[in-house]
Amino acid sequence: MTQHHLEIRIVPRPGLLDPEGKAIHHALDSLGYESVKNVRVGKAIYVDLEAPTSEEAIAEAEAMCRGLLANPVTEEFEVGVASPAAEPGEPS
Amino acid sequence: MRTAVLTFPGSNCDYDVYQALKSVGGNPEFIWHRDTTLDTMDAVVLPGGFSYGDYLRAGAIARMSPIMEQVVTFAAGGGPVLGICNGFQILCEAGLLPGALTRNDTLKFESRDVWIRVENADTIFSGDYGQGQALRMPIAHAEGNYYADQETLDSLESGSRIVFRYCDPSGGDDEGWNPNGSAHSIAGIRNEAGNVLGMMPHPERAVEEVLGSVDGLGVFTSLVRQLNPAVA
Repeated sequence: MTQHHLEIRIVPRPGLLDPEGKAIHHALDSLGYESVKNVRVGKAIYVDLEAPTSEEAIAEAEAMCRGLLANPVTEEFEVGVASPAAEPGEPS
Repeated sequence: MRTAVLTFPGSNCDYDVYQALKSVGGNPEFIWHRDTTLDTMDAVVLPGGFSYGDYLRAGAIARMSPIMEQVVTFAAGGGPVLGICNGFQILCEAGLLPGALTRNDTLKFESRDVWIRVENADTIFSGDYGQGQALRMPIAHAEGNYYADQETLDSLESGSRIVFRYCDPSGGDDEGWNPNGSAHSIAGIRNEAGNVLGMMPHPERAVEEVLGSVDGLGVFTSLVRQLNPAVA
C-alpha cells in the first residue's frame, strides 16, 4: 500500500451565484486590477490516503466527493495527486 | 403524543423549539444526535443552530449523525419532520428535501424580522394559518439563499410545495423584501408527500407577545392539532 497525497478542489457550479467571488472581484477592481473578468471562490481539501495505485486513490476520493465532500446541487469537484506524502504512515 | 427535538453539537434553538412545543401541548423530548431510535415519537423537529460549526457546508456533517438514519426512515414512513434554519439545511443535505441553501446574496449574516406569506395553508405545519396570510418572524442565517435547478423549482411551484415565501409587510410580492436572494423568494418548502417541511425563518422565536410576534405559533399548533385534534 502506498500513501497518496490528494488535492480535492471544490468549486461552485458555473452559473450559480457566487457572492463571495463577486465581492472579491469588486475589491480587486478597486485595487486597479481591471484585467480581472471573473472570480469564483471554492475550497481545497487535502487528503492522505492509502491505496495500491494513485488511480484507485483518486477513485476513492471521487466517491468521497459524491458522498460528502461536495454538494452535487451546487458544486463541482476535481481530484488530483498533490505530491508524494513525505513520511508514509506518519501523522503529519 | 410525543415530539422529538433533535440536538446536535452546535444546535442552539433546541430549547426554544422545546418551549414552543411544550406551550401547545406537544410533549417534547430532547433526542441526542447519537441516539438511534425515534420509536415512540409522533413528530421530529430539527432545530436551528450551527451543527458541527457549519464545517464543510451547513448541515453536511450533521446529516451523517446516527439519528439521521432514523429520521430518514421516520420520514419515509410518513412521520412529520420539521427542519428550521440549520434543520432545513440538514434536511436538504440528507436528501429529504430538494435543492440547497447557499450563501446569502448580501454576503451578510442576516439577523432580523422578515415577513413571509403562507402559500399553502393545507399542510400539517400550516393548517392553522389562512391562505395568503402574512407572518412576521425572525431570520438568523448566513446560508439561506435557496437554490435548485429550474426543473425542481417548476415542480415545487406546480405541486404547491412552496409553503412560505418572503413578502412585504402587506403580503405582497416585492423582491426587495427577499432577505437573502432565495430563488422564487422561497422561505419554506415541503416534500412531495407533504410530511417534511423545511423553513429558514424561526417560528419558535415568535411564539409570545414579549418576543415581538406570535405569528410563529401556528406552525406548532398546526402540527399538534394534526397529531392529536383533542389537544390544541
